[in-house]
Amino acid sequence: MSENRVNDFVLKIGTVNGTGSASANGLLMKALFRMGIPVTGKNMFPSNIQGLPTWYEVRANHNGYMSRSGRVDVMVAMNAQTYKQDMDEVSTGGFLVYDSTWPRERELSRKDITVLGVPLAKLCNEQFSDARVRILMKNIAYVGVLAALLDIDHSVLQTLLEETFASKPRLVDSNLQAIDLGFHYAKENFVCPLPVRAETMGDNSKHILIDGNSAAGLGCVYAGATVGAWYPITPSTSLMDGFKRYCKMFRVDENSREKNYCIVQAEDELAAAGIVLGANWVGARAFTPTSGPGISLMSEFIGFAYYAEIPSVFFDVQRVGPSTGMPTRTQQCDIMLCAYASHGDTRHPVLLPANPKECFEMAVSAFDLTERLQTPVFVLSDLDIGMNDWMIPELEWDDNYRPDRGKVLNVDEIEGLEKFYRYLDSDGDGIAARTVPGEHPKGAYFVRGSGHNKLGAYTEKSEEYKEVVDRLLVKWETARALVPEPVLKPAQKHTGIGIIAYGSSDGAVLEALDQLEASGVYANYMRVLAFPFNGEVKGFIGDHETVFVVEQNRDAQLRSLLILETNTDAAKLIPILHYDGMPIPSSCVVEGLFAHLRPEAVA
Amino acid sequence: MTYIAKPKIDLPGQRSNKLGLLRRDYEGVLSTLCAGCGHDSITAAIVEAFWELSIPPEKVIKLSGIGCSSKTPAYFLSGAHGFNSVHGRMPSVATGALAGNRDLICIGVSGDGDSLSIGFGQFGHAVRRNINMLYIIENNGVYGLTKGQFSASADKGSRAKKGEINQWKNIDSVSTAISMGGSFVARSFSGDRDQLVTLIKAGVMHPGCAVIDVVSPCVTFNNHPGSTKSYTYTRHHYHQASQTDFVPPASEITASYAAGESKVVELHDGSKLILKKADSGYNPTNRSGVLRYLEQQRTRGEVVTGLLFINALLPEMHRIYGTANTPMKDLDFDKLNPGGKALAKLQGLMR
Ligand SMILES: Cc1ncc(C[n+]2csc(CCOP(=O)(O)OP(=O)(O)O)c2C)c(N)n1
Ligand code: SF4
Ligand SMILES: [Mg+2]
Repeated sequence: MSENRVNDFVLKIGTVNGTGSASANGLLMKALFRMGIPVTGKNMFPSNIQGLPTWYEVRANHNGYMSRSGRVDVMVAMNAQTYKQDMDEVSTGGFLVYDSTWPRERELSRKDITVLGVPLAKLCNEQFSDARVRILMKNIAYVGVLAALLDIDHSVLQTLLEETFASKPRLVDSNLQAIDLGFHYAKENFVCPLPVRAETMGDNSKHILIDGNSAAGLGCVYAGATVGAWYPITPSTSLMDGFKRYCKMFRVDENSREKNYCIVQAEDELAAAGIVLGANWVGARAFTPTSGPGISLMSEFIGFAYYAEIPSVFFDVQRVGPSTGMPTRTQQCDIMLCAYASHGDTRHPVLLPANPKECFEMAVSAFDLTERLQTPVFVLSDLDIGMNDWMIPELEWDDNYRPDRGKVLNVDEIEGLEKFYRYLDSDGDGIAARTVPGEHPKGAYFVRGSGHNKLGAYTEKSEEYKEVVDRLLVKWETARALVPEPVLKPAQKHTGIGIIAYGSSDGAVLEALDQLEASGVYANYMRVLAFPFNGEVKGFIGDHETVFVVEQNRDAQLRSLLILETNTDAAKLIPILHYDGMPIPSSCVVEGLFAHLRPEAVA
Repeated sequence: MTYIAKPKIDLPGQRSNKLGLLRRDYEGVLSTLCAGCGHDSITAAIVEAFWELSIPPEKVIKLSGIGCSSKTPAYFLSGAHGFNSVHGRMPSVATGALAGNRDLICIGVSGDGDSLSIGFGQFGHAVRRNINMLYIIENNGVYGLTKGQFSASADKGSRAKKGEINQWKNIDSVSTAISMGGSFVARSFSGDRDQLVTLIKAGVMHPGCAVIDVVSPCVTFNNHPGSTKSYTYTRHHYHQASQTDFVPPASEITASYAAGESKVVELHDGSKLILKKADSGYNPTNRSGVLRYLEQQRTRGEVVTGLLFINALLPEMHRIYGTANTPMKDLDFDKLNPGGKALAKLQGLMR
């Protein structure tokens, strides 16, 4: 009945939030990772602090597939409240582990799965006396059960615990005791290991486990950002947490304890945006992390920064909208918002990372781009990338890197000028040189969001106004040439089918491509890395009869942007949409393609 | 409307300050406000104060929101960098600018609509963070630029030009700033140049957020009988709670002050403020006393002026944060970037 699934399974753990299950789940992830198996971990958590159901889904896959697969091979149902729901989710032939200390309703059963009861609470109550410790250890005990069932290397678990609690050896002992409680119970009562199991595989030593927000925060440190302003909002909060954590490691002067960074927790997102503009204006690198509702609030300032040409970096870690929506669920629903944020004719470069590695790299390039272009730059991530644990190739750093500060005149250059004019483009790239306050009286100018002419003076003259906004279009073309180009994954065979996607939909498309190929369907895949789209995107659409646009929102926003910006035949672009708040699974892409292709095949 | 370049004429006998600069070096372009607008007098006082303090204009940043009042940074210190931001949000831009470069001398000019209506939140938080700036509210009780609607600072019972009576209690920037934990809070009047110049100088030197609410009549929309922000009303109800003398660093206190009737407050750079109590018993360092006094005077309809509250020891934002003394924008990239080796080591913990 159960097929062998070695290093190809999904493990899902349902617990109650606030009970410390995160460390147990982290332990499992890391153990599989250390066995050399590609893993990803996805959090499905409620918008609540304590007492509600929460799930963690670990996917182990020897092919390195990172997206959700849509199946569950082993479910650990620690939460009586969601027992039925959890049971329903297990794929045929799968296994369900539950805490059998208390009986579960008999009518809840399934013939096509195996149910394994372990009296976790009872075992822990007998072993540990403190009430809080009992709850925590119950979670560690299921790690032990899974270690036996899935054949997870016991010594790896022990090493991990020793590393985690290096400074508190007593905790190593109690955690190991809890693991052994579960481990031995499973060994004695069930046939171990299950057909679904882990096996030591390759070498993960050139990889790391990290979430996108930490990686982006680290990127800001490496980019030399010094001012961060923010207002807390899920799922972006951990980006500033990450920046702060790494600043504390790397930016505190050893002798004086002075901080070489300044983080301002603003009173709201309007203020956060204002702080970012002010800091960039005076020549510091400054950024703000937020999510959709924050971008809505920042929009007036974003338009200001566009028109007054002030560098500024905005991270939008997308969550489900509209309004408060489902704040702890994921979507790709803000690309339109960011691309054209603010009133009037505005448009902004948007970088589209697909994983934490790109969050790190694009954080760095966002600062270079914003200073080179003197315009707001967005990094559009999402909850799936930002808050989930990804296995990625090691981050690299080139010590020869120097930030591109763009056209900033230094004191000598200002001195040499007869007169400084802020908005005069001298070399035709649409970008004028700027000065920073505090350096030279000749460099002084007036930043304003009201009409100004190319010399920087206030104007209400039509021609003078137009001259400046038309130059901004020249700059937009410069931006098009500077933003990262799309990545192309050509099919093995010639095909008229193309797929376009971005960001966190990448994993699902990559896996789908393999599945499609197995059933004889070939597609060329282009992942866009940035807005504005450059020429290759237009060419790609032109080269295919049908182009599927895969994205995680209801209204096919990327598709609309492609139509608007590449002047493409809309009928050619077929939307494949996923917007229920869970990360997109590969099955959605495969089914979406077939739903469109099959009728043709029949005809 | 356009900016009119002001002809810079050297008048014989003009004095230059310690930097060798003339008063006109602290001026800006020609004002386009209505003739007689209180805001222009405040601009003149700012020019005077900065000239007298011999501040290098290029070390100054001047910011504002939106409104007639917010236009005025163009009219002073043309050698300073200016930032005319969006309506009500000047304080956040100032916060960011000072976060990025703590050495800048920052002056923010706002209106009563800009700071007490749309920007009430940002005003409060700038005060609360005690960012090192001079924050001037040019208070005329109306939105001048949108043609005279009541602002949040309009007094209850004040009459609009077209006859409407304001029904809402005013938001008072002074008592608000004091209760928000402000460190320097003053009120003045555009028509009292001497007091205003002194307060501006004291505010610039104060190491924190110095709020000066300046009653500044709008001659076009709020200067008629029945208005409580007119020249006539303000002159009639004008009441100095304390008088301030500003003594620059390393200068002798020459005037003599009656004991018990004056208080000396020393600022971080050694300059001193001498507060002479016009009202006996007034103590500008006692917060609850000041608030009680203000409430009493308010019910009498008095316009209380002077340096009303001061706490020169309250740490400003960077001292609380523990930020480096070197401005963020001047930190060496090598100091900011941990390098490839550190990245490799850090990732050792991510496996
Ligand atoms: C977001 C936004 N809303 C409305 C306006 C229109 N507006 C411009 S100035 C102003 C009021 C200014 O009043 P105040 O700050 O008291 O300045 P005053 O003109 O009286 O000096 C308003 C409502 C605007 N510029 N921006
Ligand atoms: S409308 Fe009022 S506030 Fe505006 S410039 Fe005229 S007098 Fe001054
Ligand atoms: Mg006003």
